Amino acid sequence: MNDASTANKNLMQGATGPWEIVIGLEVHAQVNSKSKLFSGSSTAFGAEPNSHVSLVDAAMPGMLPVINEECVAQAIRTGLGLKAQINNRSIFDRKNYFYPDLPQGYQISQYKYPIVGEGVIEIDAEGESMTVGIERLHLEQDAGKSIHDQHPDYSYVDLNRSGVALMEIVSKPDMRSAKQAQAYVTKLRTILRYLETCDGDMEKGNLRADVNVSVRKPGDKLGTRCEIKNVNSIRFIGQAIEVEARRQIGIIEDGGKIDQETRLFDPAKGETRAMRSKEEAHDYRYFPDPDLLPLEFTQGYVDGLKAHLPELPDEKKARFIKDFGLSAYDASVLVAEKANADYFEIVAKDRDGKIAANWVINELFGRLNKEGKDIEHSPVSAAQLGGIVGLISSNAISGKIAKDLFEIVWTEGGDPADIVEKRGMKQVTDTGAIEKAVNEIIKANPEKVEQAKLKPSMLGWFVGQVMKQTGGKAAPAAVSDMLKAKLGIE
Amino acid sequence: MQVDAATVRRIARLARIKVTDEEAKGLEKELSGILDWVRQLDEVDTSGVEPMVRVVAQQMKQRADVVNDGEIADAVVANAPLTEDHFFVVPKVVE
Repeated sequence: MNDASTANKNLMQGATGPWEIVIGLEVHAQVNSKSKLFSGSSTAFGAEPNSHVSLVDAAMPGMLPVINEECVAQAIRTGLGLKAQINNRSIFDRKNYFYPDLPQGYQISQYKYPIVGEGVIEIDAEGESMTVGIERLHLEQDAGKSIHDQHPDYSYVDLNRSGVALMEIVSKPDMRSAKQAQAYVTKLRTILRYLETCDGDMEKGNLRADVNVSVRKPGDKLGTRCEIKNVNSIRFIGQAIEVEARRQIGIIEDGGKIDQETRLFDPAKGETRAMRSKEEAHDYRYFPDPDLLPLEFTQGYVDGLKAHLPELPDEKKARFIKDFGLSAYDASVLVAEKANADYFEIVAKDRDGKIAANWVINELFGRLNKEGKDIEHSPVSAAQLGGIVGLISSNAISGKIAKDLFEIVWTEGGDPADIVEKRGMKQVTDTGAIEKAVNEIIKANPEKVEQAKLKPSMLGWFVGQVMKQTGGKAAPAAVSDMLKAKLGIE
Repeated sequence: MQVDAATVRRIARLARIKVTDEEAKGLEKELSGILDWVRQLDEVDTSGVEPMVRVVAQQMKQRADVVNDGEIADAVVANAPLTEDHFFVVPKVVE
């Protein structure tokens, strides 16, 4: 998977020579569902403390979990999107540990028999394509939330998140650089958002990653790894990996040894540090949850879900390249967010795909970025931008007038074709009208005409004059051709 | 099977149960006895036998994805020794 040429580029230089970084990721993705994994309380974010909590979520004695069928379906859809093996029989286990925001004293998770097995994700990192293996995906409960800064002596516990369904998606240790790890999480997030199985909102903690990092001399066996917990942005994932790899290389080169441990990344200090509870060697004492039977479903059920999967980013990218003649780069930019791809398709439908891509990526995205707006709140709708692109493709307006038109539609709204008609913005392609303007300019400037015969670069000045005369509406190519003929310039 | 003092301590710690040295001695014997008794099951050859998870053949019940529970914060925190604005308030735990 990592041949010598790609591997070499990613090596990190130490005092004793180059080192290879080995990275694997465990991503926790909150399942899109209305209610929790094993109870009927709401999963909505930002509610009053302990309001979205049932007696099941609070782990009151005698309460029993009943699984949410939609969470199961979402995990299967995600597995299919990762081209993974779907296990028609899986088992829920109890993972035992004590923490105030875990009222059961155990998390219901899956251990030996997860719902989804091995799969793959194709990523592009620094211009190179590679495949990252997926080890497994399993369903589990989220914990509640502890707040430590409200009181000097007490922690405050809110169980609203307790019992919300998570998918833990574990990669194989296939990544060799921070960039590759970032590309992996970005791509995984895109796939989840296409499938609508997780909203991927990292700010709300709906997608977070535990990053496993180890280092070795190229060709050596795997080094001891450290796990950096709960990194919650793609930028921080990159920083945490760089910083942790440096730390490990430093220790080994000074003759030390890496302890396998769990660490936290502190973005403010730019360092990772060991979590204090490390002396509690984790012993989760997993055992099958006696409250839950095995999770079983038929292949027919899986096939039914598969039949309704949306088009995924890789397929969409291939189709954009084939059907619209886009470059691989433009296609990647457009499919990264489904909303952008959908917008583009409306703009490009029955029109010139390359012009459409250019206007969506450069003019629209540029303007949206500048004004901090997202595509759902774009003042220019896809239908409107499509109208503009149509006017350009049919040569009704020039590229320059199109930018003015975009500005008008952005600020005032309206139908582009109407605006062009009413404000007389149409490009003049009528050779008679252009010829009239050309003749007038030539007649009014005899001395420049003489100069131009000696100095062909004068042509630009004439084109400018004709454009001015026609209010920018003459087709520049037609003007240029006619001037060349009349002035005798090659 | 002999359970030693260290193992008793470890189990007690994982279960957050406070055990005195006196009690630990007794527990060593007790736990060893229980394990010996259970170990009789090893005499049965279970190779190739699926673990039994249910007596009656039935599928796990599933529920539809609807919100029909919760919104009972008063009841949820009713038995807590200390609360504030419907938060559980517990001795400080900081990582």
